[in-house]
Amino acid sequence: MTVRTEQPSSRIDDGIGESALRPDGIAKLKGEFEYAQDQWVEGMLWGATTRSPHPHARILSIDVAPALAIGGVHAVLTADDVPGRASFGLEHPDQPVLAKEMVNFWGEPVAIVAAEDDATARRAAAAVVVEYERLEPLTDPEDADLRDEVFQRMRIRRGDQSASGSVVVEGFYEVGMQDQAPLGTEAGLAVPDGHGGVDLYATSQFVHADHEQVVASLGLRPEQVRAHPTGIGGAFGAREDVNLHIHLCLLALHTSQPVKMVYHRSESFTGHVHRHPARMWYRHEADEDGNLVRVRAKVLIDGGAYASTTAAVLANACYFAVGPYNCESVSVDGVGTRTNNPPCGAMRGFGAVQVCFAHEAQMDRLADALGMDPLELRRKNALESGDSMPTTGQVIETPLPTVEVIDSLAAMPIPEESERAGLPGGSGLTTEEHHVVRGIGYAVGIKNLGFSEGFDDFAQARVLLTPGGAIVETAAIEVGQGLVTILAQIVRSSMGVSSVEVRHVDTSKIDSAGSTSASRQTQMSGGATLEASSRLRARILEHFAGDDLNDEGVWRDGELVVPMSRVTEDKWEETVTFRHPPTSPPDGDGQGVVHADFALAAHRAVVDVDPELGLVTVVRVDTAQDVGKALNPQSVVGQIEGGIMQGVGLAIMEELILDHGVIRNPNFTDYLLPTILDAPDVEALLIEKEGSWGPFGAKGVGEPPTISSTAAVAAAIRNATGRAINRVPVRPQDIAL
Amino acid sequence: MEVHHPTSLPDALRAVAAGATPLAGGTDLMVEINFGHALPDHVVGLRRVEELNSWEDSRIGAGVTWRRIDEKGPTALAEAARTVGSPQIRNAGTIGGNVATASPAGDGLPFLAAVDASIELVSPTSTRHLLWSDFFVGVKQTAKAPDELIVAIQLPERLPSRQAFGKVGSRNAMVIATVGCVVTRDDDGKTTVALGSVAPTPIRAFRAEEMISAETSPSESALFEFQRLVSEDVRPITDHRSTEEYRRHAAGVLARRLLERCLR
Amino acid sequence: MIVSFSLNGSPASGRVERPISLLDFLRDELKAIGSKSACDQGECGSCSVILDGVVVCSCLVMAADVEGSTVTTVEGLESEGTLSAVQQAMHEAGAVQCGFCTPGIVVAATDLFSHNSSPTTREIKEALAGNICRCTGYGAIIRAFETLAGEST
Repeated sequence: MTVRTEQPSSRIDDGIGESALRPDGIAKLKGEFEYAQDQWVEGMLWGATTRSPHPHARILSIDVAPALAIGGVHAVLTADDVPGRASFGLEHPDQPVLAKEMVNFWGEPVAIVAAEDDATARRAAAAVVVEYERLEPLTDPEDADLRDEVFQRMRIRRGDQSASGSVVVEGFYEVGMQDQAPLGTEAGLAVPDGHGGVDLYATSQFVHADHEQVVASLGLRPEQVRAHPTGIGGAFGAREDVNLHIHLCLLALHTSQPVKMVYHRSESFTGHVHRHPARMWYRHEADEDGNLVRVRAKVLIDGGAYASTTAAVLANACYFAVGPYNCESVSVDGVGTRTNNPPCGAMRGFGAVQVCFAHEAQMDRLADALGMDPLELRRKNALESGDSMPTTGQVIETPLPTVEVIDSLAAMPIPEESERAGLPGGSGLTTEEHHVVRGIGYAVGIKNLGFSEGFDDFAQARVLLTPGGAIVETAAIEVGQGLVTILAQIVRSSMGVSSVEVRHVDTSKIDSAGSTSASRQTQMSGGATLEASSRLRARILEHFAGDDLNDEGVWRDGELVVPMSRVTEDKWEETVTFRHPPTSPPDGDGQGVVHADFALAAHRAVVDVDPELGLVTVVRVDTAQDVGKALNPQSVVGQIEGGIMQGVGLAIMEELILDHGVIRNPNFTDYLLPTILDAPDVEALLIEKEGSWGPFGAKGVGEPPTISSTAAVAAAIRNATGRAINRVPVRPQDIAL
Repeated sequence: MEVHHPTSLPDALRAVAAGATPLAGGTDLMVEINFGHALPDHVVGLRRVEELNSWEDSRIGAGVTWRRIDEKGPTALAEAARTVGSPQIRNAGTIGGNVATASPAGDGLPFLAAVDASIELVSPTSTRHLLWSDFFVGVKQTAKAPDELIVAIQLPERLPSRQAFGKVGSRNAMVIATVGCVVTRDDDGKTTVALGSVAPTPIRAFRAEEMISAETSPSESALFEFQRLVSEDVRPITDHRSTEEYRRHAAGVLARRLLERCLR
Repeated sequence: MIVSFSLNGSPASGRVERPISLLDFLRDELKAIGSKSACDQGECGSCSVILDGVVVCSCLVMAADVEGSTVTTVEGLESEGTLSAVQQAMHEAGAVQCGFCTPGIVVAATDLFSHNSSPTTREIKEALAGNICRCTGYGAIIRAFETLAGEST
């Protein structure tokens, strides 16, 4: 297909490369923006969930009568009330909609309730009597591995497996369970349509996947269910899986009334998947000049009770286990275990975060063993465009400016010792300047963009030109990242029309945009929007025999020939389904062209540590990031700063603490998120190397900031204290004792 | 649901005696309610009771907020006030509420222990002053009778000339104390050290106090002996916030550092 | 019981049958959805309102206890449809992403600037230490208010 993509002749405000302001910003600032939590319709009921208090138990009986006896309760449903497929799952439908015979994790839904108000619904949920026979939970993932309780094993073998180097470093690393902790909890509203179908308005990163799973479990025809994008208070991976979606639709259809459900924070911590905790063993071998000769890794991630995306996260962890470095002899063995811990799935960085912490610690150790500057070691082994992935052997076709990213970061000024961001211990006044040791650490991380391994990854978008301006229709989810701004900028620059509205439409009105994950929507929905917009412009110019289009209309040889009012008398609409370059599944050794594109970033963290008390303040994190083309620099910096903050959180404070499968800190008092007083200063260099297949050469930018920032902070703490720091989050006792 | 909004203390006391749940800043009670752990149907709101909000010299009304203590409290109590939750919490939360909740991690409590403060408890028929050590009896347990209201915190007329507060937590703000500590030292060398989050109630490290009080100008080795004795005297537990070993270690280190601050 | 108070300059009242929070009362009874519920325990600041002149978490205020009080929420801070200086500064700095923390930050920052028109960076951070933002990493929020503080000096 040939598309005329030449762009408008005149510059347009808020087009590509400019920091256009968010179109939803004003409503959000005024408190008028409607989130899933804010929905309200006349006559609606409230839903609530009865959850298992045990991580592993057999359900002997469920008595819903006490709940039904409460005034104002309209329905109490159990597994027996699920008319269609009894289970759901993004990749494998193995998770019960409602537990029937067994509960396999703490907080697993057992029954759902609809009542006239939230409090009554919660009271009724608590009144459901479930008799359990408690079983010993399997919570140690290494035990699970030995017992072959696994979702997936992954094996990568590349190159000569007998290669060896003279300089060897070996280490064991561990990453705790992080939570996405989006500020908006899970929430939604299901409205029966009166004809046996239902409209669902719930927090989501992927409405078409929700739609498919709701349809299956409700036993409905696809056209009977419409999943609508709705306002969302953050996601970071937590909204890729179904949680309350099927429950809401069941309750709405059962009661023939709209039903709303909002998870409390403590419920949210059990209601969505978490970042996989990981245990990793590594052995790096290099020659005396510092060339990586062989890398071996074993990666264990715990998937918890149900599959979710464990297989894909494991694959990613294995594919990026070596980092952005050339190595001709690699072996990686991965396992994703099944336990009675909370289910884990997608979170920003998706497997690459965990291994980055390990491979970067290894690179520092190796540099130390070689007596080499750690950045020089990384530069020497840098994986660049044209090289082959050390794990899969895939030749990297898109730009990958690893050396430039490293050099740019290295050239950024290092803050003076006297530049402080407050002392460790903060307002607790524990620490004075003479207690503090400064440390500096570096890390580089790489990850794929978009879906991989032969998955048919596509995004559909529709562009219309109307008397009111251009309209983009998409089912892609705006989670806060700024897609709504970017898509409008793409249309402005490619079509030449300045007034652009982005409309989030439901699953019946457009095909899938895929998930808002894997850093993919700028490239995917952006790509679809660019192509639709460019085609529409070409069609209009061809129709009116013009050579340019802007707000005034169609131009030819510098003269306005058809005013916009006449252009839009016709209906102009173009729908495009965009696909990235094809990928393929790996072979038995993990080899193949499994990824569509890559992005990387490097981080330098400066920390102040109080070694005696083990307290850490992150002074600053500087970064250089491979962004392809920054479509909206302010948005890109926002993603970078936010991603770094989540990386810092994983490095020093964010962890769900499990005790035999039970989460001990499912609340914001004890699951610590960084405050503004914990925020390091960030300086970001955007490295633009066009050539990716994304619109205008753009790459996704959401994940790289989270991947190596954790590792950089850990490296800086290592540098300050001399401690091994082989586990994140780094706890005070890991430093002080 | 019955809610009183008294403006006078006698009215408030009558409501409490009648079984109403006292509500001051709400920063503890409302969490209990929001999490479904409490559902009081009879409540007495205390924020309009003038006497509870009064602060005369060493007598701090129970309704005085952390924000006011931050602005004009004694040195170490003001330092503690600055670590209570967030600005929003400090605007609402009161010293009386902190005392009533009696959390082992209550940020204001080590100071009260360090200076031997008393708690003024009033019922419609009686008034009594309980020394902090008689008042705090266990984790979130106090000697307050159901018909009593905490009306004020009585500090000694004269406070030690040097005082320092410190709190260890894994975040720079808005964090529950892993260890909280106050050290005071008077002109005559008399030293007190009180700690929170290391026992069911706030505690004093008396052996350490006795040892260091005898040192007119403590040597480096005396300071470390002080640290060691504090670490020995605390009774911490391991929980999701920290470990017994770390709390023991941090308690000693923090106490030594605060003593060093007092000695400067 | 019926509770009556002033909400954003207008009288508001409603029936309270249980010890619900002011936040739930605003959102569920009065349909004033600007204040957000994110933690239920005063640890995130998303529900910040100004109650009788001071910023508090409305999730920790009992609705029945605001009888006769004055409450200002994010909805009361714009003037005649235009953004306030605090809101405008955040908009231009890119300080809004998902926006769920935004109402609370607008309220807390409005309180800060009403007492101190040119706060230092440290004062800005201290004033917002109770407002968790999960998206921005706070950089744009700090820049927004540094700019606003600079404009007033």
